[in-house]
Amino acid sequence: MTIVTDALNPAHPPEPKPVSRRLVRLMRRPELGAITGTVIVFLAFGITAGNSGLFSMAGIANFLQVSAQLGILAAAVALLMIGGEFDLSLGSMIGFASVTIGLCVTQFGLSIPVAVAIAFVIAIIVGALNGILVVRTRLPSFIVTLAGLFILRGLTLAITRTVTGRTQIPYITDGQEGSFVVWLFGGKFGAPVFAWLAAHGVIAARPDGSAMVQGLSMSILWWVAVTAFATWLLVKTRFGNWVFAVGGDDRAARNVGVPVDRVKILLFIGTALSATLFAVIQVLEAGSADTLRGTQKEFQAIIAAVIGGCLLTGGYGSAIGAMFGALIFGTVEMGIFYTGIDTDWFQVFLGSMLLIAVLVNNYVRRKATEAR
Amino acid sequence: MTDAVPLIELRNVTRRFGSVTALRDMSFAAHAGEVHCLLGDNGAGKSTLIKTLSGVHTPSEGQMYVDGRPVTFASPRHALDAGIATVFQDLSMIPLMSITRNFFLGREPVKGAWVTKRIDMKKADAIVYEELARIGINVRDPQQAVGTLSGGERQCVAIARAVYHGARVLILDEPTSALGVHQASIVLRYVAQARQRGLAVIFITHNIHHAYPIGDVFTMLNRGRSLGTFRKGDITEKEVLDMMAGGREIRELQQELERFTKPGSGVEAAIS
Repeated sequence: MTIVTDALNPAHPPEPKPVSRRLVRLMRRPELGAITGTVIVFLAFGITAGNSGLFSMAGIANFLQVSAQLGILAAAVALLMIGGEFDLSLGSMIGFASVTIGLCVTQFGLSIPVAVAIAFVIAIIVGALNGILVVRTRLPSFIVTLAGLFILRGLTLAITRTVTGRTQIPYITDGQEGSFVVWLFGGKFGAPVFAWLAAHGVIAARPDGSAMVQGLSMSILWWVAVTAFATWLLVKTRFGNWVFAVGGDDRAARNVGVPVDRVKILLFIGTALSATLFAVIQVLEAGSADTLRGTQKEFQAIIAAVIGGCLLTGGYGSAIGAMFGALIFGTVEMGIFYTGIDTDWFQVFLGSMLLIAVLVNNYVRRKATEAR
Repeated sequence: MTDAVPLIELRNVTRRFGSVTALRDMSFAAHAGEVHCLLGDNGAGKSTLIKTLSGVHTPSEGQMYVDGRPVTFASPRHALDAGIATVFQDLSMIPLMSITRNFFLGREPVKGAWVTKRIDMKKADAIVYEELARIGINVRDPQQAVGTLSGGERQCVAIARAVYHGARVLILDEPTSALGVHQASIVLRYVAQARQRGLAVIFITHNIHHAYPIGDVFTMLNRGRSLGTFRKGDITEKEVLDMMAGGREIRELQQELERFTKPGSGVEAAIS
């Protein structure tokens, strides 16, 4: 960067070098690493798993679905991490929301839309509680939400076992499979397109002529929608500017009048809502709820966000990066399954990926903050 | 200029924290178009004075006036709304955020309504470019991170931000003490510009070499008390230095050192 400092010589017009400037801006994007990683992962599996079915329509539908579910969480977690906080209660919130819906429908006889609405309201309350605890006590969110992790999971188990005597709640969507809400969260989209593709021999078809893959999981649309919304918030709105500021330096932010506490509480509500969306999708896809749903999702979402360029210290990152982080995650998980590699290796890969991502992010941060 | 109503004034202000008196019977006034230097060693009460002026602390006794009217600030936000902006040494900018995002933080210009309401980044970039060019900082890209600016430029951007957002009183907390000579001169030059635009500048420092060239009025603090306020014509740089706590202590140090020098060695003469 050329910075001319001379009070006697003001205002040269900006040098018109749009191409190189755009390139510099591109290089500075936090999601660059995740996009590069995605390309590498696809190339690697394209070579090693080319014929294994990973890149058949069924395989693509599979890894997109896995990525989508994690991606919904990762977008909200990315926002929270940019705001400088963690939410370890995320995974337990998924279990809690799952059984909330299950109990509401099977025990209290409520309709599915009402049960889903109740789950979202509870999510807002839990998220707000997390946020208020963090900003009031000034304790690290890591500890506050770690407590939440155990409390919520324990409550989920205890309540479900007390009410039903079991830890799973089946038959939630019985007789409701065709309803709009079940389709909206747990259904598939694009059926006509797939039928047409199968009829014209582009994708695999069953003997009766209908497509092998009848549509893509609605969770993929939710993934795209949540990521788009998070990106809009972050990049375009005042709230997004405050999120960066709160995570970058909350005292400086407070000095210029940013409502730091309100921003943080809203971000915690965001992660709780994303956990609940995840739970609604899983429950309505499977038709059953399980108290152990979402176990370890809090860490997976953090990993996806970090691969996507979020700094652990806050103030930097992107929701689009988190989307690619989740895509890498889902692709590798499914890719290892399809290529027949022992799935134990997935965790080794995951840990290594996280380490590399953190190193790259730290390097990027140093580059971004040092005087040029 | 001194007969005009001061933009901001403290009359007989005392501030206590428990049993500690950080400011004692302090009177102080800053006028438009003047740089008022506050000098004093660590612990002299400079920070308490700034924080009282900027609305962080309220006086235990005495009264603050803005434009001659008595005021009490409940928070820094109120002081900001009254046009009193404080630029803190290290707490003013967020290094990972772009210049534009920092410049408008908390006061982002928006366009569109309801769901499409968004920051008008194009307008913001243009304003930042223009404002920085006016003070002689040419940034090629206002979207570059503040962390890529030098320390002096960062201070200038922080001051430019305060001025742009309507500050009439600028409180600069040690704006040059972390900077080298060249960087400090960038900031001092800009402070002179701000004065020319009719702002009241309160310049806090313990470095007389930065303060004396730019200052119009000097107030010396020692242990929570004012040692007096002097116009530049009435006092020399050496007298200012002497009056600061450091001056007396340096003389004491000299006397002490003299006791260690051997008579007739020539060192004695060199020191005194």
